[in-house]
Order: sequence, then structure tokens, then C-alpha cells
Amino acid sequence: MPKLIKDGVITPNEWTLLEKPEGDAASQEVPAGKVIVPLTVWQAQKETLQQRNDIGVWLDSGELASELGDDAKSLPLVAVHFPLFMDGRGFSTARLLRERFGFTGELRAIGYFLRDQLCYLRRCGVNAFEFTHNEISLEDALESLNDFTEYYQASVDQPLPLFRRRH
Amino acid sequence: MYIYDEYDHNILRERIAQFRAQTGRFLDGDLKPEEFLPLRLQNGLYVQRLAPMLRINVPYGMINSTQLRRLAHIARHYDKGYCHVTTRQNIQFNWPDLTEVPDILAELAEVQMHGTQSSGNCIRNTTSDPFAGVAEDEQVDPRPYCEIIRQWSSFHPEFAFLPRKFKIAVTGSASDRAAVHVHDIGLEVLKNEAGETGFRVYVGGGLGRTPVIGSLIREFLPEEHLLSYLEAILRIYNQSGRRDNKYKARIKILVKAVTAEVFAAQVEQEWNHLKDGYTRLTREEIERARSFFTSPDYQTLDGKAAQADVDDQALQNVGFAKWLRRNVRGHRIPGYAAVTLSLKPTGVAPGDITDTQLERIADLADEFSFGEARTTHEQNIVLADVRKSDLFALWQKADTFGFATANIGTLTDIICCPGGDFCSLANAKSIPIAEAIQRQFDDLDYVYDLGDLNLNISGCMNACGHHHVGHIGILGVDKKGEEFYQVQLGGSSSNDTSLGDVLGPSFSAADMPVVIQKLIDVFISNRTDEELFIDTYRRIGAAPFKERVYAKAH
Ligand code: HEM
Ligand code: SF4
Repeated sequence: MPKLIKDGVITPNEWTLLEKPEGDAASQEVPAGKVIVPLTVWQAQKETLQQRNDIGVWLDSGELASELGDDAKSLPLVAVHFPLFMDGRGFSTARLLRERFGFTGELRAIGYFLRDQLCYLRRCGVNAFEFTHNEISLEDALESLNDFTEYYQASVDQPLPLFRRRH
Repeated sequence: MYIYDEYDHNILRERIAQFRAQTGRFLDGDLKPEEFLPLRLQNGLYVQRLAPMLRINVPYGMINSTQLRRLAHIARHYDKGYCHVTTRQNIQFNWPDLTEVPDILAELAEVQMHGTQSSGNCIRNTTSDPFAGVAEDEQVDPRPYCEIIRQWSSFHPEFAFLPRKFKIAVTGSASDRAAVHVHDIGLEVLKNEAGETGFRVYVGGGLGRTPVIGSLIREFLPEEHLLSYLEAILRIYNQSGRRDNKYKARIKILVKAVTAEVFAAQVEQEWNHLKDGYTRLTREEIERARSFFTSPDYQTLDGKAAQADVDDQALQNVGFAKWLRRNVRGHRIPGYAAVTLSLKPTGVAPGDITDTQLERIADLADEFSFGEARTTHEQNIVLADVRKSDLFALWQKADTFGFATANIGTLTDIICCPGGDFCSLANAKSIPIAEAIQRQFDDLDYVYDLGDLNLNISGCMNACGHHHVGHIGILGVDKKGEEFYQVQLGGSSSNDTSLGDVLGPSFSAADMPVVIQKLIDVFISNRTDEELFIDTYRRIGAAPFKERVYAKAH
């Protein structure tokens, strides 16, 4: 089974990623088992998919956290897609899911991102990292997770900015 | 000046360790060049025409003598003995060796300096008024807020991969010396009628290939909301800025596309979620930031007597008198003055400075100005706190070291990018053009008569030399592989910010000094009294200038 980094350890990936459908999202078949479906499929089939507890949703980089909105609360997993590591929209999406929409499940980065971005992603609330695009040693990548141990700004991992802790 | 505590030191140490490891992986072939690119840029490292270029932040232009000496050491030891002051108050080294960059950064970190986020698609160094804290027309000292912004923006996890670079400038004076209207965010810190401190917020200014003057999106933002409001702007930009076309990715394009009103409303909406969160500044934090920018140990001096003595000295020495007039300005404390050291003597690339000169400036700062100096966006150096009674002695030393060219604010105080001599994006050289113009106008008295006149040169439309906002702007263009120069007139980066108008067809390098001479001739024959070039241009328009410059020789 392919592996990923979750909560700071290397673990087997139990989820299958469903690609964006070519055709109608409403008629896209969602297989049994733990599946991460595209946002459009979720929106089109929410009624049925909500009955299951093994459905996650992935957001593409152009899809805002607000498009999933409060639905996030009921999901065990939300994934944020990075089509390219230079596309930083997912950082905002992750933070919003955690801080505004109260998402507490597994927040997974998928796509083409760099191990050098792990620390910032973690700070934005991402707790699982699946490098779906690049060949990468997860053992090595783990080292980057804590490139920084102290931060100036508030973020998901440390809601108090340094200036509130410094005195 | 801000002084690092253990937190700041730790964060910077972690950054250097991170970059050292990244550089190692790149050199080992474990990190692809395109993957290393954003990482090295965010540590200040460009790869240039001839060698890498390393850009070091000088936060809002404040630098002390220890840091100046360290820069000198780096210039000498790791580079070719000189560096360059940029139009965003930073320092650039032109010849570092990639493998040594982590060592350079480690040496800089010891003196609380770094290249973090000095390049790349992230929040860059915040720039400010080089006369902050001493200007007579200052309402509020902008530097504590610049430092607050520096900390907030450094290693911000959400905004390190923006659509494009992001530049913030803050001013606190009646006259804008920080060009806030041509920044992604421009902030004017002021007091409202109730005596509360806050910000006027401009968004979406910028130069580059699509120059835009920023739009006012908030008349008064109370100071405690500074960071949450910036965060709201950045978040909207991060989510909605264009990523499909690098030339349309700056926030100015987004603001134009949705209109400033709509953008302001979006920011307001986002900010409503954020404003009462933990990022809201506390009184203690604002006071803490302020505590680093208190007045140095000024003496109580008799301002009138000091001025009278200086006037006497000026009567006896014409050179000193000229320098006083151009390079020395008033100070809010009686008996003190602010001095600009010119980095624009003829024959030196504007803004270039040698290792020895850096040390001399450090000495001058120690002797005359409480050990501090500032870089300016016009690419000069300011000693902000000089006793008037020391001016003569300072002038003599500055003269010996080559900083006393009395040309600040004049035609020969040219803002100039590195251009084709260094930069791989250049269409044309810019440094030789600056020198040719300086040689054309080698009579200082003549130059003085012209009054304040900004001439800015960029080697391509990226506009590093701010050509759009020069009273006279020069832009290098490429015509079938040959270097040509387009001239623009009527730009300004002050309170009355305006973008220059293109005069007409471009000129060859050889023609440039004569073209500028003709423009000046038109100005002289049309100006009234002490009118400045920009005002004459605004009054009479481009036609007389065009006529003279493009007149057919019979
Ligand atoms: C030598 C290497 C340099 C390279 C490769 C470079 C590259 C660029 C590029 C590509 C832009 C346009 C960005 C855009 O439109 O978004 C730009 C803008 C700018 N550069 Fe440089 N630059 C260099 C050196 C400098 C230097 C030495 C200075 C200062 C003298 C400088 C100051 C600026 C400024 C102030 C802008 C801003 C204009 C704006 O608001 O867009 N750059 N640079
Ligand atoms: S304006 Fe163009 S030529 Fe000059 S430094 Fe910037 S990118 Fe290079």
C-alpha cells in the first residue's frame, strides 16, 4: 500500500483518490471503501454521499474553502490539491477550513508540493501529506516538518502570535 | 533601532539551517533547479547574467555601524569589494559564489541581517522614509509599524507562495518620501482628529510593465488592526490574484479588474472575520515596538546659535555652503541636522559602494550619528542625527571619502538600476547612460539652478529604476538587438504621484546626453522664477519638449 506522512509519522494510505469526472458529476460512480471525491461530485451527490462515513472531499487550488463550507465539519477527511508547488492558494484554503469552518478531521495536501513546504503547510493546519506527483523519500521529508520551531504569526498550530507570548 | 531577542535569533538560525540544507540538496542533485528556485529567491539569491546576485534586506532602511562593517567584510571576503544600494533600500551583492551563500547568510545573521523574502513571490522588505523619526514634517514615526510588519510577514506560512511579489511601504510624514502610491500596499500612518493613531491604506500601486497608482481603500484604520487588515488583503490576493499569467499577477491587476470599491468591500468582509482575533495588536506590543525607536541621547543645544555658526562657516567656504544646501536637511531637534551622503559621484554606478566606503560610513555614523545610518530609495545613505556644530567636520571627512558630492535631489542624483551590465532581463545598459548624463551636466552651479529634478533610469520595463515616476524617466528598449532609450516626462513618486508620459520615438545611447540637454533647455526657457521641472512640464505639457527634441536638422 502506498504511504504518506500523517501526524508526523509515515503510515499506509487507506484512501483512494477519485479524479475529476470528465462528464456529469452527478452520474459519476463513487466506489465503495474510503474515497476522496472531487468537490463537484460531493456537491452533486451530497444527499447519498452524506450517508457514508468513508467519504472525503478534495478541493482543487481554484476552489475556495467556502465552497465546501460547513459541510467540512461532518467529513473525516478533506484534501487540498496543489497542481504545482508555486500555487499557494491551498495554504489559505487549509487555514480557512480549520479556522473558519471548524474542520477537525484529516487535512491532507495532495499533488505537487515540496518537502520544503511541509512546515508552512503544517502551520496552516495540514496534518497529512501525500506526494501524489513527485518521487520523494518520506523519511527525508519528515525532517522538513519542523524546519521552524518558533514563529512570529498566529496560525492553526499556534493561534497566539509571538507578540502575545513574548512578554 | 530594533534589537533582536532570543526569539528573533532562533528563528533566523533555523532559517539558515534550512537554507543550508536546501542548498546542499540542490548541489547534490536532490532538488531540481526549478524546485530550488523559489527557495533560493526567498533567501535573496537570484541567478544573474554573470553570477548569482544576493539581496540583503535592510529593514525600512535602518542599519547600524556594526552591520555596515559586516557588509564591508562580506564585500571584501566573498565578493569583488563592492555592493549596491537598491531602490527598495536593500543591499545587493553581485558576485557571490552559490556554495558560499549559506555562510554569508550565517555571518549576516550574527549582526541581525538576512536576505529572507528579499525576492520571490512573497511579502518583501517593508520600506519607509529615510528621515523617519527626525523629519520636521513627521506626524507619527512609521518605523515601529514597519518592524511589526516585518515580524508578521517574515516566514508567514500562508503567504510565501503568492501569485507574485508583494511590496509594502509606510510613511508617517506630510510629504511622502516612501513612494507609498506605487506599492502593492502603501500605508500612511497618521493621527485622526480624536488623536488616535491609524493608517490610510492604499492598495494596488506598482511599477513594472503595467504602472498603476494605488487606490485608497480605507481612510482610517485604527493601529491595533494593522496586521489583521493586512492579512485580509493578502488572503484575498492569494486566493483571487491571477496565476495564469505572470505579467498579470500583481495585486494591481486584481484591484483594477474588480474595481477598488469591490476590492475594498471584499477586504472589509474578510477582515470582519479576523479583526478581533489574536492577531489584533495589543497596546503592549505597540509600545514594545515603539521602545526601540526612541530618541537617541540628544543634547540640549541652542539651535539658533548652532545655525549661526554653520552660516558663518558657509560664508567662508563655498563648497561647504553648496553641500549644506543640497545634502543637509532640517531636524526636529534644535541644533541637529540630517545629512545625506551621496552615492552618485560622476563615474561610479549610482548606488554602488565599496568595502572601504562601507567602513568609512560606519566610522562616520559612530562619530557623528549615534552609530546608525539609513539607506534611501534614491540609493544614497543618510546620517540622520548630526549635531550642526559637527557638520563642517563631517563634510570634510565625507569629502575625503567621496560621499560629499553636493547633488542630492538634483539632475545628477540619478536613480538607476543595474541594467545590462549585470541583469539578465535587461534590454539595455543603464549605468553608462547615467554616467554620460552626469558628464553632460558637470557644472554643479548650473545643476543647482535647475532645482529638484529626479531623473530615473531602468534597463527594461520591469522598472527597477522607477523610470515611470521620474520627472524625467529613461527606459532601455531593444530594437532589433540594438539598445535604445525611450524618454518619459512628468512622473513623480511624491504626494502628487503621477506616471510619466512617453515623449516619442526612442534614441540611441550616444544621443541621450544631448536629448536630456534639449529637454533642460526647453525647461529653462519656459520656467517661471524658481519653478521646478515637473511643474513647468505640468503647466506647458509635452508639446514644446517634443518639438525641440524631434526637430529636424535643416
Ligand atoms: C539584478 C537583478 C534584478 C532582477 C533580475 C530584477 C528583476 C525585477 C523584475 C522581474 C521586476 C518586475 C516585477 C514585476 O513586474 O512584478 C522588478 C521590479 C523591481 N525591481 Fe528589480 N531586479 C533586479 C535588480 C533590482 C535592483 C538593483 C533594484 C534597485 C535598484 C531593483 C528594484 C526593483 C523595484 C523597485 C521594482 C519594482 C517596480 C514595481 O513596483 O513593480 N531591482 N525587478
Ligand atoms: S529594470 Fe530591468 S534591467 Fe534594470 S535591473 Fe530591473 S530587470 Fe534588470
